[in-house]
Amino acid sequence: MSRLQASTIDTNTRAFRRFRIDPWTVGAGAIATIVALPILTVFGLAFFPTENIWPHLWETVLPGYIVTTIELMAGVAAGTMLIGVSAAWLTTMCNFPGRRIFEWALVLPLAMPAYVVAYVYTDILEFAGPVQVLLRDMFGWSTSRDYWFPEIRSLGGAIIVMTMTLYPYVYLLARSAFLEQSSGVGEAARTLGCSAWAAFRRVSLPMARPSIVVGVALVLMETLNDFGTVDFFAVQTLTTGMFNVWLVMNNTGGGAQIAVVMLIFVVFLLVAERAARRRRGYHDTSTRPRRTIRFDLSPARKAAAVAICLVPVLVGFVVPAGLLLSYAIEFYDVSLGNRFPQAAFNSILLAALAAAAAVAIGLFLAYAVRLRKNNLLRNMARFASLGYAVPGAVLAIGILFPFGALDNAVDSVMRGTFGISTGLILSGTIVAILFAYVVRFLALAYGTLEAGLGRVTPHMDDAARTLNHGPAQALVKVNLPIIRGSIMTAGILIFVDCMKELPATLLLRPFNFDTLATYVYQFASDELLEECALGAVTIVAAGVIPVILLTRVMGQRRPDQEISIT
Amino acid sequence: MKYRVLTALAVLGAPAAALMATPALAAPNEVNVYSYRQPFLVKPLFDAFTKETGVKVNVVFARKGLIKRLQAEGRNSPADLVFTVDIGRLAAVVKAGLAQPVTTPALTAAVPAALRDPGGLWYGLTLRARLIYASKERVKKGEISSYEQLADAKWRGRICTRKGDHAYNIALLAAYIGHHGEAKAEAWLRGVKTNLARKPQGNDRAQVKAILEGVCDIAIGNHYYMALMLNNKKQKPWAEAANIVFPTLAGKGTHMNVSGVMMTRNAPNRANAVKLIEFLTGKTAQGIYANANNEYPIDPSVKASPLLESWGAFSRDSLPLDTIAKHRSTALKIVNKVGYNEGPVTN
Repeated sequence: MSRLQASTIDTNTRAFRRFRIDPWTVGAGAIATIVALPILTVFGLAFFPTENIWPHLWETVLPGYIVTTIELMAGVAAGTMLIGVSAAWLTTMCNFPGRRIFEWALVLPLAMPAYVVAYVYTDILEFAGPVQVLLRDMFGWSTSRDYWFPEIRSLGGAIIVMTMTLYPYVYLLARSAFLEQSSGVGEAARTLGCSAWAAFRRVSLPMARPSIVVGVALVLMETLNDFGTVDFFAVQTLTTGMFNVWLVMNNTGGGAQIAVVMLIFVVFLLVAERAARRRRGYHDTSTRPRRTIRFDLSPARKAAAVAICLVPVLVGFVVPAGLLLSYAIEFYDVSLGNRFPQAAFNSILLAALAAAAAVAIGLFLAYAVRLRKNNLLRNMARFASLGYAVPGAVLAIGILFPFGALDNAVDSVMRGTFGISTGLILSGTIVAILFAYVVRFLALAYGTLEAGLGRVTPHMDDAARTLNHGPAQALVKVNLPIIRGSIMTAGILIFVDCMKELPATLLLRPFNFDTLATYVYQFASDELLEECALGAVTIVAAGVIPVILLTRVMGQRRPDQEISIT
Repeated sequence: MKYRVLTALAVLGAPAAALMATPALAAPNEVNVYSYRQPFLVKPLFDAFTKETGVKVNVVFARKGLIKRLQAEGRNSPADLVFTVDIGRLAAVVKAGLAQPVTTPALTAAVPAALRDPGGLWYGLTLRARLIYASKERVKKGEISSYEQLADAKWRGRICTRKGDHAYNIALLAAYIGHHGEAKAEAWLRGVKTNLARKPQGNDRAQVKAILEGVCDIAIGNHYYMALMLNNKKQKPWAEAANIVFPTLAGKGTHMNVSGVMMTRNAPNRANAVKLIEFLTGKTAQGIYANANNEYPIDPSVKASPLLESWGAFSRDSLPLDTIAKHRSTALKIVNKVGYNEGPVTN
């Protein structure tokens, strides 16, 4: 058989394969549809409102919500980029004291729920907090009319809190991008007489740009779906507006309409992120072992580098975690209710199950898309990932309705046929919560694994197939071992996020069921920080261990580790 | 690899299966509650009920969205009762067609007619007064005595409140609409907004704290927060910085809201649910509410807590609760129209 013939046959089979009905295509299609259900439900509610208040919203509050949301996103994007990129470059490319500690310490704020950080800083910076008390004592002021102090409960405060808890996404991605850059490139830059700064600006940064954009997109999705922080700081964003309309005004259609406005923001982010990834033509493909030659800094610059890395760790982790820990110790007996151990157990179990399920499903989707190269399938998978940017409570409502409908339909059939009522099978069980977590965080799994698989050359699969392995065997025997770093990364990120998840858990949970987040919330919602400290500390502790694991995984700098969204 | 994954799934799966096996369906001696009230506030009452009757109370607490859950679960919903902290949500459940009427001689006797739905669709359990907290230092006694006065120019830059769309403020504004009509209510709210010292934020207690801090001189808050603050070491100074005023609305009396309960349309444990409502409106539970939570009992024969007694008698606004419920959606629209949550900056 000539080469020409072989390639023609190959093309034909591929074209044929795209339209084949097989377990991979059907399975992936089915999964994507099920996962997209909550989002489709929200769309459905938006377009068929019972009482249309869109004109009222548009004339009154909506433009303000949109402007504030854009301001918040711009601020957080700028802040996370600045901190994430500079810290990543310093820890990867420069030598300074404490560098090895900062490498992992900079990721720690990822374990802090943003709303808890918001509570803590309000506690510290408010009038009765230690900072203002000290200032008043020093200068003899007595009331707030005597002096000016920045208001933490403001747009600026929200930007700072979110920047400090979300920058690790940018840091992680930028760092892995810097690590992957061939030392040859760095050497070339230095041979050409580049200073450390010039090498950064002219070589490292442009090469890392796609990863940075991905990180910022992740950050902005988290910013969009945050409710706790903006609500506490009285910042009028689309999210708070949607809650107001949907759950306070009790107007489902209006709330869903605002949710659709938010989804437009998300789609914009996804397009930007796609565009950035498409231009990833710079990839270094050399397989020789890489050794980064780090720049030596002058003493003054060393000090600056330490400061740049230290501030985010202090502000984003050490101070809030320290204060919570001291409260937790002081108010130990108040906060340690008899339900606490059960809540901790529930949290860890749910988070672990959800991480396992999301990774398995994400892997299946990503591999099916890789196998079939079917655009419809790929777009369905991307659509299913929209859940990441939807606020948890909205997602929860999007889950309640299809689950309720399914349960009641099954019940009707069973009653009609056998005269037995099956009641609610899924609604109000932990299956509903698990489903919410998977829908919410599938994007992390799918994106990470898609990127991971993308780096495994198709020749590997071909080789496996030549050895008479089916696609499933090729996945298990060839691809899985290669991308196990990506699998770890995705699993850990999802685990940590599930530990922190509050609104969906609150609304979907069974009777008498608490996770650490809901346990904390019943006190935190009343601004009783001391009483909720122990729970919060446990959430953080349960997040810190995997986060440190994560940095170790990343530190092994295999080429397939990448966190990404679709 | 494959086997390790399977083992991991098995290890995770076993306890999950155990969790899921916990029946969500109605068991004979239980009653299921969806509660907008925090568990630690109602737990003493439920414990007392279980002790007296042997009926176990299962609770799901959430601040938002429980009505949606009830709606989605439809006729198979396990919930028997919904507990709310204001009339608004009671009305919302009724409007959604999710409530069923309950009438028993005991309930009719225990709950005054104004504090229950005429058809028995909901019952008030406790009363809370919406008060004005006035700075001891900077506001003279008697300087403010009505809600209407909050819009007076003399309070420019001196008022703190929580967000305008919070249920408690919406109910107050709805009562205002009930007495004065929509146009006057809007003008009033514009006046209050202009008088704000800062953008609305925080809960009721945070407003009283702001009085201590000198941010404002006047705050609006529910009465029991005074008691809560006095009982909290850290918050006691906040409470001590303010006097409480029982303001009048349209010269009538202080605006009162209820925390209440209603039975769901498809309650699977109807008998136990009725027992629980009767228990909560009975004298024992009313006493617990009064003394543990410092709320005003709905049963006039049950004494309020010593602290509340020490505040003395006051006249209550008698506007029916269902009128307040009716004006809620208008009130919310006014809040948006006025841009109340933007705070004092005029635009």
